Amino acid sequence: MKTGIMKATAWKAHLTRRYMFSASHRLHRDDMSEAENHTTYGKCNNPYGHGHNYMLEVTVSGPVDGQTGMVCDLVDLDNFVRTQVLELYDHQNLNLLPEFASEVPTTENLCIAIYEIVKRGFLNAHLDKIRIEETMMNSFEYVGERGGNL
Amino acid sequence: MVYLTRKAEFSASHYYHNPDFTPEENRRIFGKCNNPNGHGHNYTLEVTVKGAVDPRSGFVVDLKQLKDIMSREVLDALDHRFLNKEVPEFLTKIPTTENLAIVIWQRLAPKLNAAILHRVRVYETPDLFVDFYGESSEREASKRE
Repeated sequence: MKTGIMKATAWKAHLTRRYMFSASHRLHRDDMSEAENHTTYGKCNNPYGHGHNYMLEVTVSGPVDGQTGMVCDLVDLDNFVRTQVLELYDHQNLNLLPEFASEVPTTENLCIAIYEIVKRGFLNAHLDKIRIEETMMNSFEYVGERGGNL
Repeated sequence: MVYLTRKAEFSASHYYHNPDFTPEENRRIFGKCNNPNGHGHNYTLEVTVKGAVDPRSGFVVDLKQLKDIMSREVLDALDHRFLNKEVPEFLTKIPTTENLAIVIWQRLAPKLNAAILHRVRVYETPDLFVDFYGESSEREASKRE
């Protein structure tokens, strides 16, 4: 016998989860001269590369399910991000990954790459935004091609 | 329009359980959070209000008034409470962070007269937070487009 005690409202909420990964990169374009690379990327052009502890924020949204009180199951989101994003990037040299074979691994491009992975593969809620803190001083956000409010 | 955010902290315990689920379903869906003895969090609440800046006071809202309303309507009711047992809304809602954000919105929105409530953000831990922009945020969003 169902009690029906849990009231459904189905109002939309936005849930953000933070993750961390560490990776190295070098900002460099083969089609730029040495001088142009140096001017454009400065210290980040160091041929040996350098690394960051990236803080990743994934924001998803959807109606709050009346029966569970949730936008989506957090375990599903965590498993997806762990297997599809963190295991791909954590402790890697970003320049050696296929998605950065022809793109510079700036945090802007990293945001876009992660957005595409989550958008394509995580279907339990709507992806609002990917935000990455490269350092405590720099952060980048991508909400998809439509742009709009962050 | 200027936006103002006020932070507050509260600590509370809760557990997730839906009486319409079997014990197995409750365990599968809610995992560790299904422990009936409850567990707790230090929550951080961010309340963002918006409005025009009053030309005389230079304020969007009287911060003391906002602080008092938050204390009276939210913190007094939630801080150091077992949410499932002591907060009436959670007799018919699972006390997830999503529902906490909604309940806090519903407690604050009718009490704020000087400024408009824009967003309620609730951090359950530093790595997990929920934003709620009101019951009609969808409708308002589509109107703007």
